[in-house]
Amino acid sequence: MKYIDEFRDGALARKIAASIAAEVNSQHDYHFMEFCGGHTHAISRYGIVDLLPDNVHMIHGPGCPVCILPIGRVENAIQLAQTPQLILCSYGDMLRIPTASGMSLLKAKAQGADIRMIHSSADAIKIAQENPRHQVVFFAIGFETTTPPTAVAIKQAQALGLSNFSVFCNHVLTPSAISHILQSPEVRQLNLIRLDGFIGPAHVSTVIGSRPYEYFAEEFQKPVVIAGFEPLDVMQAILMLIRQLNQGRAEVENEFTRAVLPNGNIKAQMLVAEVFELRRTFEWRGLGLVPYSALKIKSAYADFDAEQRFPMPALSIADNKACECGAILRGVKKPQDCKIFGTVCTPENPIGSCMVSSEGACAAHYSYGRFRAEKHVTAKEH
Amino acid sequence: MSGTGKIKPGYARSLDLKHGCIEMAHGSGGRAMAQLINQLFLAAFDNEFLRPMNDQASFPVFNGRMVMSTDSHVITPLFFPGGDIGSLSVHGTINDVAMSGAKPCYLAASFILEEGFPLSDLKRIADSMAQAARAARVPIVTGDTKVVEKGSGDGVFITTTGIGMVPDGINISSENARPGDKILVSGTLGDHGICIMSLRENLSFHTSIKSDTAALHDLVADMVAAVPSIHVMRDPTRGGIATALNEIALQSSVGMMLHENQLPIHEQVNAACEFLGFDPLYIANEGKLVAICAAEDAENLLKTMRTHPLGEKAAIIGEVIEDSHCFVQMQTRFGGKRIVDWLSGEQLPRIC
Amino acid sequence: MLMCLAIPACIEQLTADNHAIVNLAGIRKEISLALVEDIVPGDYVIVHVGFALQKLDPIEAEHTLALFAELSAFNQNS
Repeated sequence: MKYIDEFRDGALARKIAASIAAEVNSQHDYHFMEFCGGHTHAISRYGIVDLLPDNVHMIHGPGCPVCILPIGRVENAIQLAQTPQLILCSYGDMLRIPTASGMSLLKAKAQGADIRMIHSSADAIKIAQENPRHQVVFFAIGFETTTPPTAVAIKQAQALGLSNFSVFCNHVLTPSAISHILQSPEVRQLNLIRLDGFIGPAHVSTVIGSRPYEYFAEEFQKPVVIAGFEPLDVMQAILMLIRQLNQGRAEVENEFTRAVLPNGNIKAQMLVAEVFELRRTFEWRGLGLVPYSALKIKSAYADFDAEQRFPMPALSIADNKACECGAILRGVKKPQDCKIFGTVCTPENPIGSCMVSSEGACAAHYSYGRFRAEKHVTAKEH
Repeated sequence: MSGTGKIKPGYARSLDLKHGCIEMAHGSGGRAMAQLINQLFLAAFDNEFLRPMNDQASFPVFNGRMVMSTDSHVITPLFFPGGDIGSLSVHGTINDVAMSGAKPCYLAASFILEEGFPLSDLKRIADSMAQAARAARVPIVTGDTKVVEKGSGDGVFITTTGIGMVPDGINISSENARPGDKILVSGTLGDHGICIMSLRENLSFHTSIKSDTAALHDLVADMVAAVPSIHVMRDPTRGGIATALNEIALQSSVGMMLHENQLPIHEQVNAACEFLGFDPLYIANEGKLVAICAAEDAENLLKTMRTHPLGEKAAIIGEVIEDSHCFVQMQTRFGGKRIVDWLSGEQLPRIC
Repeated sequence: MLMCLAIPACIEQLTADNHAIVNLAGIRKEISLALVEDIVPGDYVIVHVGFALQKLDPIEAEHTLALFAELSAFNQNS
């Protein structure tokens, strides 16, 4: 597979690993957060940690839209799906997420709710066309990458005059989440977490470009390297971060130049700006309320906004008390630090958000890495 | 009376195999059912054991250990490149029997038919089963049909049961894997699952990959003849090779280390998995086996497998290790290590 | 995150309504080109949820790969 296999080459990986080993300062520890679940997944799936020196620590960030969607919103979707004559369309990722009572979209489907798993927002449009007597609601989730396809669907529904189609919008924004983490007391005042640099998102950046990260490099003096999701991209980004730190630099660098332009995809951005506007605040599971961190559908497109069309109570449902997801999503704790990790909370029976998606920090560690003895110290012990 | 002389006993108009459908009467035990069985199933499966049409089949047995296995087959779509539910139901049970090292001898087949199911499709399925059974030299010796109301089934469900004879001195069982043993597979992984997924309307991708459905007992016979001391055999169907190996690891109380660069996987299977967010190790196979044997026998076994058409792409993919956690691990092509875990729930296509 | 599952694939054929067939190692799939511009057969695009998100720049890809190779040269010399 062109542009994939070359970026998974084991021989090159060992060479980059040798460069990393040669260039790290053995007197220092390096703590890098990979914001995205995609990077977390690559790190786990390819066993990248095995190729890194012991003093390079990877901290998993909150960049998994499935993990950070608050349970109240999942509950809303389930209630919606139970409405007679209504078809709820959802990406496969959301189907298994359990609510506080153990309900999920998959269970609601088993009980008779008409829930369709789709692979594209265009599928939801097609379902709406084929079922004119049903209300069809698209349960839209995701960061900047997945938002433009939702915008296209809404525009298309308008063009087709589809009166039975609407979107339950849960799109969230990457830069505001990174800001939130950097401004958290754990990082700013308490110094509980050391974050020396960020691996910036791959596919989000293809849409938003590399410029939005410049603020972090400048304001917080943290280097950011935007990296592709293939394992060599991740290795290379780690090397670039180490070089920046060793040279006392804090800049935005782009390793993923083959797909990320400084200004991103303007056409996609304009479509999103036309259909969506900022929410003043939005709840993130694990992070709490984060200002200006999510999108809602503009009033010009209110006809296609499921939150306008159906009664949707604002549900704030707290996570299980024993669950450490909040701390894990902020990078303060590792999955292994959580008392219920791997005991009560497993991929079969997820309690917290980090265990529910294969990209969540806990699920990735459980599924791919739990054989690994705890050779890497937790971030707070620096 | 004048007309009765023309009435033949037991006469019924021929089944309309072109346009006819399954009706409730085909399951009610009356003439319609007898006709369906005679004209469709018996005609296709015909053999000396089935022909007497008793409620049971009578056949000779031999001295030694016998094995028995049963498997229900439900699949959408019923017909797919490489096979159909009929051939699949024959191969599936033959393979389950053969994984003990046994020679499969006889099959039984039970059909649940949905009212309205086209007879032409049923005939196609029965013919395909008959062909698969004949090619495998394993007769279908008894059977049953039931009909359920429209909406209560999915066209046709087929349960097959098989019995086989284990050659003397063969002891193949999932609890026999020992640290140091080698792990082999007979060919490319995930072909069946990817073929089926490509046909599901909502996934909408196109591939030239065919289902690998095949009867493996001849391959097994060659393997057992070459290396009678094979420790474990399993056909990695649902849940793929990852599930099969995790089951064996647990049953044998061992761990495993796989080598990603040794895994035979068709590039289209890899590509489809990239699109869908799947892992090929969890995708179903219907004509592949995994075998575990002592390290010193591995090369010999591999050579034997590769000389059989169904084992051309066989490979040694890893080894059994000591591990109290019974983890199946994999040395990645990239140079790291990871767990190949049990599947949690059904593998759903991901977008993230 | 959601952006994760996106994959570079080759545009094989443009189809009606601003769609295209992409080919990834023999797997073919129809995707929408609504988010990109000036795509011609032979281009590689990053595909996510049935949409092309961005055109892939082959020169930059070569450049990145060359950078990895440079590193290895650096290791051999050091």
